[in-house]
Formats: sequence, structure tokens, C-alpha cells
Amino acid sequence: MIELSLPQLTTEVERLSLVIEIGGMPVRVHTIDLEFLNLLQNRYAGFVSDSDGADIEFDVELQEPKAVDPDADVEVGYRSGRWSLRRGDFLAEWEPATRHGWIRQTANPYSIDAVLRIVHTLVLAHQGGFLLHSASAIRNGKAFLFAGVSEAGKTTISRLAPPDVTLLTDEISYVRRQGDEYVAFGTPFTGELAKVGENVSAPISTLYLLAKGKENRIESITPGEATRSLLSNLLFFAKDEELVQAIFHSAFDFVSRVPVARLTFVPDARVWELIG
Amino acid sequence: MSKLYVARNPRAAARSLDGEMMIMSSRDSTLFTLNKTATILWQSADGTTPLDEIVEKRICAEFEVAPTEALADAQTLARELAGHEILQISETPITTPKQPFGDKW
Repeated sequence: MIELSLPQLTTEVERLSLVIEIGGMPVRVHTIDLEFLNLLQNRYAGFVSDSDGADIEFDVELQEPKAVDPDADVEVGYRSGRWSLRRGDFLAEWEPATRHGWIRQTANPYSIDAVLRIVHTLVLAHQGGFLLHSASAIRNGKAFLFAGVSEAGKTTISRLAPPDVTLLTDEISYVRRQGDEYVAFGTPFTGELAKVGENVSAPISTLYLLAKGKENRIESITPGEATRSLLSNLLFFAKDEELVQAIFHSAFDFVSRVPVARLTFVPDARVWELIG
Repeated sequence: MSKLYVARNPRAAARSLDGEMMIMSSRDSTLFTLNKTATILWQSADGTTPLDEIVEKRICAEFEVAPTEALADAQTLARELAGHEILQISETPITTPKQPFGDKW
């Protein structure tokens, strides 16, 4: 009699995870791919937390690369208790009630970065905060935001920051309402400077609207102009009436509590003599 | 000619700041800053006062403008704002109670 040994029918797959904590919100990411986990640990260095708990958990399912449309728009919608996030390079769902979701993407850091940004905008909008197209930095315990469209000078002013300035981001600022004030947090979301911000926070002192010019000067602007400029620089992806209303009113509240001014500057370090 | 009624869309986000009325379409996030005439129209758009009455009593009373011309302009503006779902327009009075948002969280 020949004894046959059956192959093992099931194999236990090790489930790996790490917690990425941005703006005080821990998000746990599960994967079975060690290489991808290492990639995330490097990408989010400084924002990886040893927290046991998490506000949101995502299972990442890696797929083989396929042709994607790099110009495809982000689509974010809410239906049947779930947020659905879609772009050419990823598909994700997240259920707030269970705090759980999944992401389907290839093994790259950019797709999950976009998912995290979107999820943070949704949660922040609900809590009275927002992500803003702006550089931000801390000086003397106070945070300063520098908002503007591409080429307005966000990276330039970040690059010119003197050593006593702590850079939070050169591209996307994280703004959270805490009591009667607004607080800026560091983010790993980088622009041209490609330098991850410090994972610290401080109350926001001033929002500057950047403009390049022939001299350094700070000018006051009307509350209406401040609000319009703030709204035009907000990051928001969801076509959702409730959150659009929330973020609209947050912008007005922010302008009523935080000074907003126009900062015109020449690209050299002297501009920082006006700040802080 | 039939009456036209206008009502503020309760889904639109609106705030007045230092006399400037700003409204954001919840559908496409387009931001509008209304001029004085449009602000009067928005504030008067209660759904039950006909547009011609708003024009006569509120707009013509405040600005030196011929009623016919003012009404034509107001109709154009109302239809434009309705296109962005900021205003609702109808040939009958509008009574749309604000529906609460569902609980997403």
C-alpha cells in the first residue's frame, strides 16, 4: 500500500499592520505584503504610531499593475452607510459605523496617500476642520499658514524658513478646530520640497495669502476676500451636501477667529523677518 | 402671463459677511457672491411672494430701474441661480421643508 501525503489545503497568511497617525487621528493599515508594509513605514516615517487603537482600519488588497488613466478625476460619494472612493489607480470603501474599510491598489505609496487625504477631509469636515492648499510652520509656539495656488510661493517660503522655524508642510496644511481656536498639525503630504513635515502642532496665529512681488509687505484684506480665498484653497473631494455645508460654515468660522492677511514677498529669507 | 415664485434652496449654504452675501451650491461647490440686487432677491425668496411683487416692492423701491426691465433681469437671475440649485423656481407657491441630513457617522 502506498501512503499518499496530502498537500496542506490551507495556509495561514500573516497579517501585518501599521498605524499612520496624522492630525491626531490614528489609521491602521493591514496588508499581507511585507515589502508594501516597509514601503509605508518609510513613506510615513515620523507619522507611524505605536497606538493600539485606531479610529479607522483599512485592509489593503494589492493588485498587479494595469493601465490607468493618470488624469482620471477622483470620485467620492456616500451610499448605504459607506463612503466610496475611486480614482484611476485605486478603489476604496469605508464604513464609518464600523470604522472599517478596504483599499484596492497596486503596491505604490501614492494611491494610499490619496485615500488618506480624502478620508481626512471627510472626517475633518464633520469635525469643523479642513485640509488647505498651504504651507505651514511653527515659530515661537504659534503656527502660520501660507496659502496659495501652484507657483504662489508655498515651497519657496518653506525653503527660506530660518532654523528656528519648524516646518509642518510645504503643500497641504492640516487644520483642526479645538475649542475656541484652530490648530495646525504637521503632515507627511509634501510638495516640491519633498520633505515630510514635523509631526507636531500649534494654535494658528495667522493665515497668509501668498503673492510674489518686488517687496516684502503684509496687507489687510476684507473678511469677504479672506473667506473667498480660504474656500478656493480648501481640499474637498466629496459631492456631498451635508459636508459641503459644513466646510462652508467652517471657513466663515475660521475667518472670524484667525487673522487673514496678504503676504507679498520677494524670494529671499528676509520675508521671515515679518513673521512670528 | 403666469406668476413665478422663488424660494431659497434649503440645501444651499449661505452666509452674510459685512453686507456681502455668499452662497455655495451644495451640488457643485460653486461659490457665488451676490450683488445688492441679487441679495434682495435671495432674501425675499420665501416661496410664496411672486417674483413680480418682489421686484416691484423691494427692487424698484430701492433702485432707479424700470419695472419691466427689472423683472426681466430678475427672471434671468432667478433661472441662473436655479440652475445651480441655489434657488427653486415654480409657477406655483413653493413650500419645501428642510429635510434633515442622514446620519453618516
